[in-house]
Amino acid sequence: MLLGLVRPTSGSASVLGAPPGNVEARRKIGFLPEHFQFYNWLTPAELLRLHGQLCGMTRSQLSKAVPAMLDLVGLTPHRDKRVGDFSKGMMQRIGLGQALIHEPDLIFLDEPTSGLDPMGRRLVRDIIRAQRERGATVVLNSHLLGEVEVTCDEVAFLKDGEIVATHDVSRLGAEEVRVLVEARNMSAETVQALSPLTTAVNLEGDHLALTASSVERLPEILRALVARGAEVYSFVPEKLSLEDLFVRIMGEDRGL
Amino acid sequence: MMGCWVMAKMTFKEAARKKILWTALLSGIGFLALFGIALHFQIQDFEARGTAPFIRYQILDGMLMIGLYVVDLLAVIMAILTSVDTISGEITSGTIHAIATKPIPRWQIFLGKWIGFAAMTAAFVALTFGGTIGVAYAMGRVAPDHPLEGGLFVLLECLLALTVTFFFGTWFSTLTNGVLVLGLHGLAFMGGWLEQMSGFTESAKLVTVGVVVSLAMPSESIWRRAAFDMQSPLAAALPFSPFASTSIPSNVMIGYGAIYLLVALVAGLFSFYQRDL
Repeated sequence: MLLGLVRPTSGSASVLGAPPGNVEARRKIGFLPEHFQFYNWLTPAELLRLHGQLCGMTRSQLSKAVPAMLDLVGLTPHRDKRVGDFSKGMMQRIGLGQALIHEPDLIFLDEPTSGLDPMGRRLVRDIIRAQRERGATVVLNSHLLGEVEVTCDEVAFLKDGEIVATHDVSRLGAEEVRVLVEARNMSAETVQALSPLTTAVNLEGDHLALTASSVERLPEILRALVARGAEVYSFVPEKLSLEDLFVRIMGEDRGL
Repeated sequence: MMGCWVMAKMTFKEAARKKILWTALLSGIGFLALFGIALHFQIQDFEARGTAPFIRYQILDGMLMIGLYVVDLLAVIMAILTSVDTISGEITSGTIHAIATKPIPRWQIFLGKWIGFAAMTAAFVALTFGGTIGVAYAMGRVAPDHPLEGGLFVLLECLLALTVTFFFGTWFSTLTNGVLVLGLHGLAFMGGWLEQMSGFTESAKLVTVGVVVSLAMPSESIWRRAAFDMQSPLAAALPFSPFASTSIPSNVMIGYGAIYLLVALVAGLFSFYQRDL
């Protein structure tokens, strides 16, 4: 919808200060669709040239940009093959290439790592980082939360077409941390003493599970345990993962 | 207009890479070869029998008209079949997503493709129509009246079918589009025969049916006008033939055909512009 492929039924939006689908705004936008298909009778160089031409690039710009982009997405050895003979991973790479050929300011990538092997995923991550360092904004739409966690600065959770939460990924561990403690000599008094320092505490025998509001509180919690006579064998902090946050925000899947 | 030009070039390249261009070229050459062989044997037969020059000319001219009629049918079918998948197919497969999000207006994608197919259709008509006339003249010294006018009418008919195919491509799937456009052309074909029959039987109701059908799809009317302008007196004298002059479409009908084409083109542009992709 932001790119003008689908028209809104109501409401308003703006992309780079222009209405969705605005041609001038699209000059600064790159897009990799999720279920992408390209003209499979073209070679990758021809395909990049076509998309570059549609973005208004000149012949001299393309003569430099096309080989450089083929190199960037690792398709130089396959430059003479037809796109129709490409594997899923190679298609993903050429898709990324056509989205980036004109060095856009804003890049929408829809599931860019789906179907890629680990090397391919790393390549995509590196390319996204390079785009970010170039000054571009990359909007990554993905269900692979591990990829999102290592790639993105900020996440927005969408449910039924609405953003229900946004989060700074770099603060995932800093904001809340779960700790699993194994210790002897713990009692209800120990739990009570920890309550002001934690947001949740649960004791089962020699195992204590607690949640602290930030990692800065952990030394204080450990000191409090020891001060109450607990003999601590292990104290393992677990950072809140994006998946934990996702489940907490979206709720459990009741479909199965 | 840069997007139009890029898309038109790409349409040509696609036709070449998918061997559509070469297959069409080969079928055109094959048709011309067959036509030439038929003329050759007919001329041999004339010489063996000592046929009078007047009869000889009329028969060869009739053969030329049959050849041009086949060219017309072939070109219309080519225009429909080669373009039937270009809009609907790209929408269904999602190929259009990477193209329509580039900084070119949607109408340039549609018009660029149309220009590409129109140019290919024009080249096919020029090859087969011009080739048929050339072969007939070279072998039998016969030529149609008003060949340029006739060729342009045939091209108009092909572009009409092409444009209707493009328009329905923005609404329907490839298969539905093909069935619909070929069905409409079949209807127009039937309407043309009904109009001719009405001229012979003097049935006003048949005329009305024929005219209504021609208004719904004027492609066959354009051919009948082309045939009338190009035909020989003998061919024109045949009461039931694709070249009969019992009911001649007027200039108004040709103008209607041209307006029909423009309206279908604008409607296709608008439909492609406003639909979700």
